[in-house]
Amino acid sequence: MGDQLTLVEAVRTALGRAMEDDGNVIVLGEDVGLNGGVFRATDGLAERFGPDRVIDTPISESMFVGLAVGLATQGFHPIVEYQFMGFMYPALDQLANHASRLRNRTRGRLTCPLVVRAPYGGGVHAPEHHSESFEAMLAHIPGLRVVIPSSPAKAYGLLLAAIRDPDPVVFLEPKRLYRSIREEVDDDGGALPLDRCFTLRGGDDLTMVSWGASIAETLAAAEVLAAEGVGAEVIDIATIKPLDMDTILASVGRTGRCVIVHEAARTGGVGADIAAGLADEGLTSLLAPVTRVTGYDTVMPLFRNEHHYLPSEQRILDAAHRAMEFA
Amino acid sequence: MRHEVASFRIRATSYIGPDGTVASDLPAFASDPEQLIGMYRAMVLTRTFDAKAVALQRTGRLGTFASSLGQEAIAVGIGTAMAPDDVLVPSFREQGAMFLRGVVPNELLLYWGGDERGNDFAGQRHDFPICVPIGTQAAHAVGVALAMQLNHERRVAVCSFGDGATSRGDVYESMNFAGVRQLPVVFVINNNQWAISVPRSAQSAAVTLAQKAIGAGIAGEQVDGNDVIAVRAVLTDAIERARSGGGPMVVEALTYRLTDHTTADDASRYRPDAEVSERWKAEPIARLRDFLVHQGHWAREREEQLIDECAAEIDAAVQDYEGYRPMPPTSMFEHLYATLPHAYLAQRAELHELERLDG
Repeated sequence: MGDQLTLVEAVRTALGRAMEDDGNVIVLGEDVGLNGGVFRATDGLAERFGPDRVIDTPISESMFVGLAVGLATQGFHPIVEYQFMGFMYPALDQLANHASRLRNRTRGRLTCPLVVRAPYGGGVHAPEHHSESFEAMLAHIPGLRVVIPSSPAKAYGLLLAAIRDPDPVVFLEPKRLYRSIREEVDDDGGALPLDRCFTLRGGDDLTMVSWGASIAETLAAAEVLAAEGVGAEVIDIATIKPLDMDTILASVGRTGRCVIVHEAARTGGVGADIAAGLADEGLTSLLAPVTRVTGYDTVMPLFRNEHHYLPSEQRILDAAHRAMEFA
Repeated sequence: MRHEVASFRIRATSYIGPDGTVASDLPAFASDPEQLIGMYRAMVLTRTFDAKAVALQRTGRLGTFASSLGQEAIAVGIGTAMAPDDVLVPSFREQGAMFLRGVVPNELLLYWGGDERGNDFAGQRHDFPICVPIGTQAAHAVGVALAMQLNHERRVAVCSFGDGATSRGDVYESMNFAGVRQLPVVFVINNNQWAISVPRSAQSAAVTLAQKAIGAGIAGEQVDGNDVIAVRAVLTDAIERARSGGGPMVVEALTYRLTDHTTADDASRYRPDAEVSERWKAEPIARLRDFLVHQGHWAREREEQLIDECAAEIDAAVQDYEGYRPMPPTSMFEHLYATLPHAYLAQRAELHELERLDG
């Protein structure tokens, strides 16, 4: 019987478990030591594992991931925390040019088992640059994995899987859900599978695909649709890259209708890839156009207007209704 | 009231001057002719390799290549100062160091010839491969050094990059973190005066690049990068200091790029030939040869023999390199991940089918 944990507590529990199990797992980042991280995701780890395994770094956001690359080649499993995804842009160089390709460019001689964690997304009335969700940029990088949990139990199991993975993983945590929901999490060291979607709710009339924080509104919309007599299947992508299209295609093969929901801007978003995958391999089963409910192609507005930017339950319902009404 | 709270000095070391003047306090290894001849041979082998690689590129048998002409003493100094267990995190002009550490010439030809197998060094498994994005490898060296420190190992990471790289933020971030943790890492700046077409004067207003260490709270000094005895001596001290817990160091080696940035560059567009010819007078190989001859350790017959040996070694490497068939196209999927994710099996199958049809 597990405890009822928030998502941030689940992250902390998974970090502690991974560090307990494997002495090579170390945590690095700004304020991750005695301060426990700005969201307290590493709270207590410095006391438990000491300053050699929970390392406060200077504000060197370009250097962290390169530092982790060096550590990873020497047998460590570094976990780097970025305080907010908006401050991760400098990491793109090291992620794209080094972490994701060292295995390939040395034909497996040197490898990069590392995890980069960052809270992402809006909805918490944060200052400018603190609400970004550019997972699609990361998903475009060959050799990388991008994982986004949607609940405390998913965060625990997927983070353990990410840490144990022999390749680099970017693990994006929906900060809007950090403390807003609790779920039973059994700290038994059990990982969840990467590279696989999770079907959160069954349904035969409509497939709704989402990930991370937007899962909450998607599930709420599915509940309303159920009351209206529409069975909506809700798929949580969980691993953004590599994308498990098989699960989505199987579901849409049954329902013929698909609504994709994501918080990130629409153009070049992961939703576009899912829609393209459906066009490629699922066209004959489609009964309605595939629609996307997403953030707009705008700069993420400051928080007075962020609720107009984020996909709302109502916008998702509208899209679902349009899909259902399509003859 | 004002008073001075900090001040610094940058020391420069040289033993054999461009005019042949020899300092009286030569390091101990310099009294062993075999050591010096070994270093001389390594520099000549590097120059032979570079000349051959450029020739191969000019005749369409190699891709773009970065020669280290004129800078051989820095690489050979690095290679002779490091212990085998240390980790080299190079840029792309350290072939002389890589050879001394067990990388073989045909591997580097394979790399510049467009084949990833050139980075899978058979005889050197723990050094980093060539790094192309300028200065980004400094962070790797710092990570390697942190691992060594956490493991309580008496090993050192040595990272080299050019004068241009010192303008990059991540080089500073790396030096800074190395200082905070007192990591066993030595940064070697190959200051060859030119970052493609941008001269040293346009790169930084700092009087020396070694002083960039001061801002990061670590030691920095200069060495005559065309004096291989000085480079080896200064780097040996820096590496042994780092090994025994003395912390990181920046060594700026002053040299000159006697040829184009790479074979894709034409330096005559931006710098006068006269400048280059003047700099030939200070080049490192002739300088050590004159010293060896003067000391009675070297003669024309040995020189001819050495040139023949180096040419034969590089010719054999070229033959080996040209014997490699390209990897099958699907090899691009082979080391993408530890295990190729299910999502990409279809793409690999698609390529495999094209490969089959191509016969």
